[in-house]
Amino acid sequence: MTIKLLDFYNLMDQDDIILSYKGDVSSDLVSSVLQIIESKMDKLEEPSKIRKKVYNVLVETLQNLYHHIAENPGLSSKEEVSSVIFLIGKSEDYYIVSTGNFMENEKVNQLKERINKINDLDTLGLKEYYKKVLNNGIVSDKGGGGLGMIDIARKSGHKLAYNFNKIDDQHTFFSLLVKIGE
Amino acid sequence: MENLKIDGTPKTPTIEFNLEEGKLLIRGRSIPENSIEFYKPLIDKLEEYLGTPQETTLVKIQLEYFNTSSSKCILDVFKKLEKIKSNGSDTIIQWYYEEDDEDMLEAGEDYQAIINIPFKMIEMEEQ
Repeated sequence: MTIKLLDFYNLMDQDDIILSYKGDVSSDLVSSVLQIIESKMDKLEEPSKIRKKVYNVLVETLQNLYHHIAENPGLSSKEEVSSVIFLIGKSEDYYIVSTGNFMENEKVNQLKERINKINDLDTLGLKEYYKKVLNNGIVSDKGGGGLGMIDIARKSGHKLAYNFNKIDDQHTFFSLLVKIGE
Repeated sequence: MENLKIDGTPKTPTIEFNLEEGKLLIRGRSIPENSIEFYKPLIDKLEEYLGTPQETTLVKIQLEYFNTSSSKCILDVFKKLEKIKSNGSDTIIQWYYEEDDEDMLEAGEDYQAIINIPFKMIEMEEQ
């Protein structure tokens, strides 16, 4: 291990990161993270409006990671691409939820198009798009069906920032950054 | 017909469906990873009820949070209620939201726009 813990601490401190995690995502992990952040926001006496938006975005982003890995044997069976990373940060004015995961190269374009489509919509457009997808009758195995990213954008109130880093001829690393607050 | 009662957990809501009284309550948080599995007993119970519903069916939805995985299941619940209504039961949905929780009010309005049942939006004081 070459990393110096103090450097790591300072890095987190300077970027206002409350919590960071790298590893596998389980249902229990999602519960624990939600609990930690909820009590943190309680302690900070955040207005309930912000608290609820952050909570909602966290639920959707973490469950996206969970389903993405759990329902993709090509990722979950390979240790080097089954781990995810996420950071939760708080600056003076807003919260940041950022997630990173590996994905298969052939799915990149579809995801990019979906996010771009969402980013092109304003508040009202997002509401209409949400209702359309809600009522389209398509349900994934576990119930989602394409609403997660729209909901994240609605609760965030900001454009979704993202990045795709190609790793090799099979995998790409996808990072998403969601800002919540003014 | 037996009533349905499911106790709430940190990720799933309390569900109480009293078929003799025609009363359904969903209260708490609905953020399970697998919503279809969680809502199946309720969907089945509604299916059982819709053939011979009570004169009135009162539905109280009092959710603090719900994830998008639950939102399609909640829509399925409402679609069953539409059938119950068209089978002659006077059906009303009371949608509760906490004071200042515009997102939850809006979520109720989104359903209201899709579902052909009268909605009553009820604001609660923050607990």
